[in-house]
Amino acid sequence: MSKRIEVRDLNVYYGKFLAVEGVNMEIEPRSVTAFIGPSGCGKTTFLRTLNRMHEVVPGARVEGEVLIDGNNLYDPDVDPVLVRRQVGMVFQRPNPFPTMSVKDNVLAGVKLNNRRISKSDADELMERSLRSANLWNEVKDRLDRPGSGLSGGQQQRLCIARAIAVSPEVILMDEPCSALDPISTLAIEDLIEELKQDYTIVIVTHNMQQASRVSDRTAFFNIAGTGKPGKLIEYDDTTTIFSNPSVKATEDYVSGRFG
Amino acid sequence: MSTASTVIKAKQRPGDRVFSGSAVFAGSMILVTLAAVAIFLIVQSLPALFATSEDASILPTNFWAYVGPLIFGTVWASALALLMALPVSIGIALFISHYAPRRLASVLGYIVDLLAAVPSVVFGLWGIGVLAPAVQPLYSWLVDNLGWFPLFAGPVSGTGRTILTAAIVLAVMVLPIMTAINREVFLQTPVLHEEAALALGATRWEMIRTAVLPFGRSGIISASVLGLGRALGETMAVAMVLSASGALTFELLTSVNPSTIAANIALSFPEAYGPNVNVLIATGLILFIVTFAVNAFARWIVSRRKEFSGAN
Repeated sequence: MSKRIEVRDLNVYYGKFLAVEGVNMEIEPRSVTAFIGPSGCGKTTFLRTLNRMHEVVPGARVEGEVLIDGNNLYDPDVDPVLVRRQVGMVFQRPNPFPTMSVKDNVLAGVKLNNRRISKSDADELMERSLRSANLWNEVKDRLDRPGSGLSGGQQQRLCIARAIAVSPEVILMDEPCSALDPISTLAIEDLIEELKQDYTIVIVTHNMQQASRVSDRTAFFNIAGTGKPGKLIEYDDTTTIFSNPSVKATEDYVSGRFG
Repeated sequence: MSTASTVIKAKQRPGDRVFSGSAVFAGSMILVTLAAVAIFLIVQSLPALFATSEDASILPTNFWAYVGPLIFGTVWASALALLMALPVSIGIALFISHYAPRRLASVLGYIVDLLAAVPSVVFGLWGIGVLAPAVQPLYSWLVDNLGWFPLFAGPVSGTGRTILTAAIVLAVMVLPIMTAINREVFLQTPVLHEEAALALGATRWEMIRTAVLPFGRSGIISASVLGLGRALGETMAVAMVLSASGALTFELLTSVNPSTIAANIALSFPEAYGPNVNVLIATGLILFIVTFAVNAFARWIVSRRKEFSGAN
């Protein structure tokens, strides 16, 4: 189910603007990798190149290679739509489809994939996905209510359920807890810990405690100044990054002496 | 101690007062105007509602026999126009909002808006001079080959000035307003929802189907109602294009066509006198009611699934 990601000499552009420069990285399957760094350093931009969501923005493009189990995502004959079916994504703000019920939200991706799914299979898949997202007990009595009627934390877990319902190989999370309260955050962090058994997870976070709690490996990104490209400064085991980083900038950042 | 009962009064600032006063005034003006129109229509219509052919020479037997085919013609022509305009307007709006390159999109937007500025007389002239002769051969072909289908039954009209031609002209006329509204609604789809669909592996069309169209549903209905309202009330173009005989028929291609209320008023009013004027005004009242009912129906559709509307 989960796959290994390799990034080679990746430059990310918005039009002529070089947003992220020269990233090399290897992400192991069934692990949690956290991206940390100051705002505007390109963490999210880089994350979005891992499922080709980056190019949704007009003028955005990429140089270099992203390999998932050896297959380059940016090969000319690779369909970005198929890439996104393998690499799921959870966004910063919970974004369930407001026009759909809880149930339809979970099954939205499955139905997109043009699979004619029988009602019993659909119900079974929905329940399994909601259970994996630790949401089943909270919503089982209101599956036909609109997804936008749930609380923020529940909506975010609904989005996670929606992402895992299509059985992706990798799940990308872009600051999934930044709009949530501490209790909901804890629920999501526990969930990440469980999902790690089956999926490769990459998470962008501004919360360094969160990075140290949930991740196995941590990547620190930084930016030299406004208008300069973001760079990967250091990438190592999370314990090393937070206790004994090899680069001064990383140490300054994780110890709060940044800037 | 009087503190418990003291009400803290908000300070009345002159700017607030002026603004709230003018807002209330503007709001009530709508009601006043509507009431004035409604009272005029009702008062002037009352004598006609129970009139017979003895009272007003324009009536065949009684008022309802006169207005029935007109109501039918109005609704039938407008419905046909809406049926043609709705898919096209959604298509144009989607092209402008989600497919066209930005520069082409803005040019196209201007052109559509320009279409709204064409006076209806010009559309009428175009309908008579260009459209009717152009579609007449097509109508002949339809009657010859698909005449078994009730809507296309013969004999074919020699001029092409049938209810279908009028409906096509109406469709072109309501297209700009519908397209403009649909485009605005589609552009307002939250990027977050579009990206949610894309990240699930949706193609562009699937993204539009899962995120854009459901989100824009109530807007599409509003656009349709506005377009339908315009089509129901359109006078000049229909009066010019349609060669009406006052019959009640669904056949689209013959020279026997129902007229519409607005066109009938415009054509009959110059020669009307006495009670006949009341009869025509009464048909206007009916048009008013029909339009009102269409609006109410659309609002009901929109409110029925309010919690799924995406507004919360």
